[in-house]
Amino acid sequence: MTEFARRNPFWSLVIVVLAAAFLWLIVAPWSPGLEETLGRKRVFLNAIFGGLTLGALYFLVASGFTLIFGLMRNVNLAHGSLYLLGGYLGYTISTATDQWLITFPVVFVLVALVGLLMQHQVFRRMEGEELRQTMVTIGLSVVLADLMLWIWGGQSYTIQSPDWLSGPATLPIVAGVGSNGAPIYMRFPQVRIAILIAAIVIGVGMWIVLTRTRLGMLIRAGVDDREMLAASGVRINYVFLAVFGFGAGLAGIAGMVGGTFQSLSPGEDTRFLLASLVVVIVGGMGSIPGAALGALIIGLVEQIGLVYAPTYSVVFTFLIMAVVLAFRPQGLLGAGR
Amino acid sequence: MDWSRRAVLGVAGATALSTAASAQGQPPIKIGILVALEGAFAAGGADGVRNVELALRQVRNMAGGRRVETIVAPSDTRPDTAVRQARKLIEQDQVDFIIGPLSGSEGIAMRDYAKTIPTKTVINGISGALETTWVDPAPNFFRYNLDGAQWGAGLGTYAMRTKNYRRVASVSADYSFGYTNFLGFAVDYCRAGGTIVQRFWVPLGATDFGGVIAQLPDNIDAIYLGLGGTDAINFLNQWQQAGAGTKIIGGTIMADQTVLTSRGRARNALIGALTSGPLAEDNPDAAWRDYVRAYQEGFPAAQRFASPSLFGVGYYIATLAAIAGLNAVNGDLSDGQQKFRAALSALKLASPLGEITLNENRQATGTVFVNEVAEGPGGTLVNKMVAKTDGVTQTLGMTAEQFRAMGLPSRTTPNDCAALARR
Repeated sequence: MTEFARRNPFWSLVIVVLAAAFLWLIVAPWSPGLEETLGRKRVFLNAIFGGLTLGALYFLVASGFTLIFGLMRNVNLAHGSLYLLGGYLGYTISTATDQWLITFPVVFVLVALVGLLMQHQVFRRMEGEELRQTMVTIGLSVVLADLMLWIWGGQSYTIQSPDWLSGPATLPIVAGVGSNGAPIYMRFPQVRIAILIAAIVIGVGMWIVLTRTRLGMLIRAGVDDREMLAASGVRINYVFLAVFGFGAGLAGIAGMVGGTFQSLSPGEDTRFLLASLVVVIVGGMGSIPGAALGALIIGLVEQIGLVYAPTYSVVFTFLIMAVVLAFRPQGLLGAGR
Repeated sequence: MDWSRRAVLGVAGATALSTAASAQGQPPIKIGILVALEGAFAAGGADGVRNVELALRQVRNMAGGRRVETIVAPSDTRPDTAVRQARKLIEQDQVDFIIGPLSGSEGIAMRDYAKTIPTKTVINGISGALETTWVDPAPNFFRYNLDGAQWGAGLGTYAMRTKNYRRVASVSADYSFGYTNFLGFAVDYCRAGGTIVQRFWVPLGATDFGGVIAQLPDNIDAIYLGLGGTDAINFLNQWQQAGAGTKIIGGTIMADQTVLTSRGRARNALIGALTSGPLAEDNPDAAWRDYVRAYQEGFPAAQRFASPSLFGVGYYIATLAAIAGLNAVNGDLSDGQQKFRAALSALKLASPLGEITLNENRQATGTVFVNEVAEGPGGTLVNKMVAKTDGVTQTLGMTAEQFRAMGLPSRTTPNDCAALARR
């Protein structure tokens, strides 16, 4: 960060000014003139927070995707199916047990097992053949989609959030001024706030594991130079297994999160696969901070676009991807290799 | 997604094609059932299949002296899928006529497809876009259900006069049926003197309604919710999560059995919601009671809704019409089905919803009910009939010119609420 600031003093200043203006828009009460040009502040705040939550969900899906790619050079196009599988399993288990919170670790373990199976039985047999692996993942995604349609049918499901998370929470941010002059505080669904916090915790946890532990060191070394790591005596297959399982489990959890605040149906698998592809292309393939940044940008753009230019909201996402590919093909935080 | 369809087709086809071919000398009549079994209306579509089965079972699979076979072709509410499946029914399975489709835009696509198969016949399932039988209708497309605009009749008046909802904002599905259904409500509501403050349109199958919910204006008496199936469930869930607020006026498919029986908190928001449509669950009419009883006895409780859904009723009546038409011509489908079509046009169909007749566009005229959602025994939600309008025509009581002058249903039609109130 400091190095970036030293090398690009001008752009650093621009970024700081933009961030400050953005924060001011969120915190300060809006004048009538501003409300006239930008619409009501409540709408703006909801778009921002909605974007943050959506970004959190995208981050959960994309971080596993990018980790697997970074380490194994395996573009796992069945990642969306793992997301949907996690969601369906989460729906079935949480409906049967009525235990929303406990379902998360169960889903994580189950989907991670599926991931382990995929890595151990399929991808290990075609190591280094990236194109073949990619084609196999497409095939697997088709098979998994059909199996899920067989089991859960074509209708859509919503996972019920527990009672203690239902209804809105009042945030200490002024959303507007009531007719009597008293400030109106912003209300936002509790369950979405919980999702946002959980994603931040998971993200920080992953960052700590990657930078502070021995496993993280091995993974980072593997991302940088796989052959060298193997040559230095590390059983790299176990590292692969761990990463694949973890990435898959994360996708499963994301499916449960998505099923709680949106819904699950056939087709969601490709939607989230596409979203995570866009996120990692924007953020940089193989980079966890890149996935976080990309998810944040895509989530915010999608929600703000939906509110202020609904007809073109789909375009913005891909426009950003195209711009990033044109000017920084390795992604915003991707290593320039 | 073609691969998914094959699986559904296999299962549905196997059950439908159950027993031996014909006992008589004549070959059996093949009916193609085009129905959405994927997407937002999947549960309603499945009820449609059940009701076709029920209607045929009641005549022991015989009509006009010939055996009747059915072949189910599943779609996913998208017009291109519907046409692809219809083409498969006609060309590959060689069905004699098609019952379907389920969803609005599919209906418009099927109207155009019907023109390319002039020797076959299409009887609409439950799709309700106005254009299907209003703009350049196909001579071999018959619709025995009312369209979405007709289904709105009486709702606006009741909301305004009885409930005193003077200002509403609308959230409706951004496709042909959403426009049509909204138009029916809006015309009636504007005539009664109400004000529509703001209109929101969301795509069919949308999952995240957070942005729209945040934009709903504060100073309204109710929102008009023109969504159905899982879209309605998702919206209501998220609306509850965001703190809900005002009263609800619903489009026709909003408080259908598919939504009322969904689990979770979406239901709480529904109590007191007003909707209008072609059926009232507590309709005391004997024909309706008999039909509901037959439905409930026909299927185990776990495999059906408590009471037939709107989609189910639509397919049931379409099948009744097909049977009546076949009986009238003694199963004679020769000569490009001309006699069959003439019989269908002239039918005075005795249905669970009363007598149904068709107008010159082969579009039904019939009764519309206004219902209010109430809590029933054991915490279930039921629709209670509160008002009823008989003889609702395709032009909503206007002359054809007046109706045409208003414009076709779209995001902005009807655009002048005040003018409707003056008329």
